[in-house]
Amino acid sequence: MPINLSITTFVHLKINLKIMGGFFKSSIGRKVAMALSAFFLMIFLLQHFIINLLSVFSAELFNGVSHFMGTNWLIQFVMQPVLIFAVVYHFIMGFVLELQNKKARGVAYAKNNGAANSTWMSRNMIYSGLVILAFLALHFADFWVHEINVKYINVQPEDPARYYHELVEKFVPIWRVAAYAVAFVLLGLHLAHGFTSAFQSVGATAGRKKALQQIGRAYSIIIPLGFIIIALYHHLNHH
Amino acid sequence: MALDSKVPGGPIKDKWTNYKDKINLVNPANKRHIDVIVVGTGLAGGSASATLAELGYNVKAFAYQDSPRRAHSIAAQGGINAAKNYQGDGDSTYRLFYDTVKGGDYRSREANVYRLAEVSANIIDQCVAQGVPFARDYGGLLDNRSFGGVLVSRTFYAKGQTGQQLLLGAYSAMNRQIARGKIEMFNRHEMLDVVVVDGKARGIIARNLVTGEIERHSAHAVVIASGGYGNVYFLSTNAMGSNATAAWKIHKKGAYFANPCYTQIHPTCIPRSGDYQSKLTLMSESLRNDGRIWVPKNMEDVIAIREGRKKPTDLSEDERDYYLERRYPAFGNLVPRDVASRAAKERCDAGYGVNATGEAVYLDFASAIERYGKEQAKIHNIQNPSKEKIIELGEKIVEAKYGNLFQMYEKIVDENPYKTPMMIYPATHYTMGGVWVDYNLMTTIPGCYCIGEANFSDHGANRLGASALMQGLADGYFVLPYTIGDYLSNDIRTGKIPTDSPEFEEAEKAVQDRIDFFINNKGSKSVDYFHKKLGKVMWDKVGMARNEKGLKEAMSEIKQIREEFWKEVKVPGIANEMNPELEKAGRVADFLELGELFAKDALMREESCGGHFREESVEESGEQKGEAKRNDKDFAFVAAWEYKGEPADAVLHKEELEFKDIELKQRSYK
Amino acid sequence: MNLTLKIWRQKDASSKGQMVDYKVTDISEHMSFLEMMDVLNEQLINAGEEPVAFDHDCREGICGMCSMYINGEAHGPDRGVTTCQLHMRMFKDGDTITIEPFRAAAFPVIKDLVVDRTAFERIQQAGGYISVNTSGNTQDANAIPISKHAADEAMDAATCIGCGACVATCKNSSAMLFVGAKVSQYALLPQGQVEAADRVRNMVEQMDLEGFGNCTNTGACEVECPKGISLENIARMNRELMKASI
Repeated sequence: MPINLSITTFVHLKINLKIMGGFFKSSIGRKVAMALSAFFLMIFLLQHFIINLLSVFSAELFNGVSHFMGTNWLIQFVMQPVLIFAVVYHFIMGFVLELQNKKARGVAYAKNNGAANSTWMSRNMIYSGLVILAFLALHFADFWVHEINVKYINVQPEDPARYYHELVEKFVPIWRVAAYAVAFVLLGLHLAHGFTSAFQSVGATAGRKKALQQIGRAYSIIIPLGFIIIALYHHLNHH
Repeated sequence: MALDSKVPGGPIKDKWTNYKDKINLVNPANKRHIDVIVVGTGLAGGSASATLAELGYNVKAFAYQDSPRRAHSIAAQGGINAAKNYQGDGDSTYRLFYDTVKGGDYRSREANVYRLAEVSANIIDQCVAQGVPFARDYGGLLDNRSFGGVLVSRTFYAKGQTGQQLLLGAYSAMNRQIARGKIEMFNRHEMLDVVVVDGKARGIIARNLVTGEIERHSAHAVVIASGGYGNVYFLSTNAMGSNATAAWKIHKKGAYFANPCYTQIHPTCIPRSGDYQSKLTLMSESLRNDGRIWVPKNMEDVIAIREGRKKPTDLSEDERDYYLERRYPAFGNLVPRDVASRAAKERCDAGYGVNATGEAVYLDFASAIERYGKEQAKIHNIQNPSKEKIIELGEKIVEAKYGNLFQMYEKIVDENPYKTPMMIYPATHYTMGGVWVDYNLMTTIPGCYCIGEANFSDHGANRLGASALMQGLADGYFVLPYTIGDYLSNDIRTGKIPTDSPEFEEAEKAVQDRIDFFINNKGSKSVDYFHKKLGKVMWDKVGMARNEKGLKEAMSEIKQIREEFWKEVKVPGIANEMNPELEKAGRVADFLELGELFAKDALMREESCGGHFREESVEESGEQKGEAKRNDKDFAFVAAWEYKGEPADAVLHKEELEFKDIELKQRSYK
Repeated sequence: MNLTLKIWRQKDASSKGQMVDYKVTDISEHMSFLEMMDVLNEQLINAGEEPVAFDHDCREGICGMCSMYINGEAHGPDRGVTTCQLHMRMFKDGDTITIEPFRAAAFPVIKDLVVDRTAFERIQQAGGYISVNTSGNTQDANAIPISKHAADEAMDAATCIGCGACVATCKNSSAMLFVGAKVSQYALLPQGQVEAADRVRNMVEQMDLEGFGNCTNTGACEVECPKGISLENIARMNRELMKASI
């Protein structure tokens, strides 16, 4: 079929774009966008976890992969901005929606028994999110600011073996390991609701709700716990 | 005034078609200059509002609830009849017509009933097109169940919530018209009077129930679709707000009120548990498809059960009296409602009632569960299933069919009906009587129409199950929109009806005066006190069985209660605010008049027919001994009462009923 | 049993309200919750005070009129019931019961426990229908077979009584269960396909305009819904809107 770029096609496209734009302004569109950013973040978290896990088994392998991630053009200039966008969008929209939702109640209940019908995690995403945000500030200060400095501001020559050492060094002080642990517990709680919630938001739970709940539970326990164990491992083995 | 039913001539099969072909129509351009008021948004009012608006009329619809969707049609459980003959079991328009006339004990107008049967099939088509999710079988086609009083399966249903689904269908059609601006919806408004100008109904006075404001609304015609008056008994299956005010107000302004004594006492309701009871809950008649009704045979067992020494499940088959199967072997548990109700009363009056109040019989599903269980075991190829397995399989089927009803029962009574028989007792459910209307559904006030349960027309002295939904929707979707056009065709040049005429002035003042009286009357007793008192008289003396002495007493007692009410009623709060007690006061004031007319009508009708049972009129010998005895020679007429100031002074007008297409016979369900 | 009731009293929409304590005695465990309220009101009327205004009508759990937030839950502590079907056997002698109106900015209080739910009406008017005129000439009801499964699922969605418990319960006052149920009913049936895209877009737009909050999938609505409307209906609405927007 030949492509006919007539005016009507253009008009249709414009209408579609308008509808699409409307979609992301609607309550459902926003929650779909929250879910999409969440999917990205969950995939990011998974790969991050796998790379970190490598550090337990082989410093060399860890350095190799980290070097690749730190220098690959696609990762640095496509995936990294997307990640930053996803993080920023997820947080800002999270706050915007929370404020809107607070306003939607009007007068607060004198007595409200939320525990009777929903989990603590689902009702407190904003608080678990805030703790994760605080942790991210620390994390950025620790790693990301340093990375940007090394690579793009001071433009130091790349040392492919620096990553393992930098990682282990951070886990020497016990306070950081503790902060790390607290943040990941909260991340686990965030994920405990967030994982299935994201699937529900994009309408993908039909017929696989149970399975998704189980995978979500596994994901929200294994990943954060794994991160904590890796931190503890390096803390205890740094000598 | 002589009553003219305006039934068209010709053979019964062609009356409606010929009528439609010959009536005057209003052209589409003129319809937009014509206003119609519809009071009530149940199946009749909702479907009428939507259809009239689709046709192009400007509709103003009124509901006392906060949404049209909450009208009490929503509570109808079992189903809706239609002569579709999808089951191929011999159903036809004629058979539905015949069953309805027979079920109504030959006290309805043939032509109306035939028309009802004729349009019944259209209703199902219309509702399916609207997206009403009727039950379907595995082939994807519509499923049917059977109901009391008939020998075919013609009842369409949506689980146990058929009324809800049909009403939501009509409501969705209304919403479409509200969005188009063709229906102006007045929620939380109550009609308090009709305004008659130059002999024609031209508007209403309504109270805004939120602000208390009294409003005038004008129109070229007024349609009353406000439901029945079952709450005259205080306890009934009606909603708490269901009332007769709209119907009674038009009666007082000239609309005749027909056959008030025809009231349906539904056999399967949850029994009363105490004096605080505010309403009764119906369990769908469809339960009688599978449930068997019984009381113990022996008085010792009755006493043992009441004292808690024995459980109903302890009684063996020969210790039980399945009295409906015993008395009516052909129809068994599926006899019409009036017959089933009286049979329960008969057993309970004889002392066999199985609860503390002595007013309950059992509805038992054990044999259905066993039967279904065995069937399922066969289907699933289970060899020699254990008793437990059979019960488990059977309970699943019963759950699929009646799950929501069983759950409702368990929530109310706190007993598991899968394990122990339900207890049921009759309760007031539906009123066949109502505002008299002609073939056009117009009352004796020109331009004032009455549809649905509020009118008297199609069910005679007793309504068959699943026929109320049929009638409400038939009136609203398929009858009134035609007939009203014939009348409105004379109004195309009338122009907007002004609301500043003396008639509106006067009507508003009368409404305001009555409200002021209630607010300022510093009485000592609440509205409910009087309503309960009225209800007790009605139930005891004008209930399932009536006699001359009791009815005379009832008339004078109701009059006394009414007089006391006007002296002693106490309404807290003020007029210009939301005031539920004030709303109730107005409604009860009208019930106190209607109740007396009800008793008067029952006293006049010295025969037993359908829901009206006179103890003086029973068969004294033969196979039908003890059964109701109708008197066609003297009472084959509609009793239409004209208001003359006091209910006791009402004047009787008779519309003689002619049966040309059905032979008058004694109903026999033996 | 004897009870202490803490009830929200508010004269009208523009007045400020507050919680007021009442005592009721000799309440039977077989009473429904609203019958207990009747007892209180009779007591108040006899004492010359104004009775508590509350919405109620059918008292058999189907009209959706009753709407109380009892002890921190919509329609009280029982499951699968409306306030009118809640029975006093759920409470104990000496209990203190807190009774509030359904709260949402989109459900302003009219008086005491009565709230204005016309926002739901406007959402339905925005597209909660199939555009078919009454004619008597629509095609035969059996012309389009519909799989039993789809019909049953549509029925489950259609059992919504529009009471607003989902909104009252949701920590975000979101109306998605209500809207999702209506969108689903039509989305599941062939009759609803023609207008499906416009319907979901318009209904969601109206829902947002009314000021309901956003769904965060806590699932509280499904638990408190007296008719057990499934969360799947929200997922389906999300899909429908995505489909309609691409």
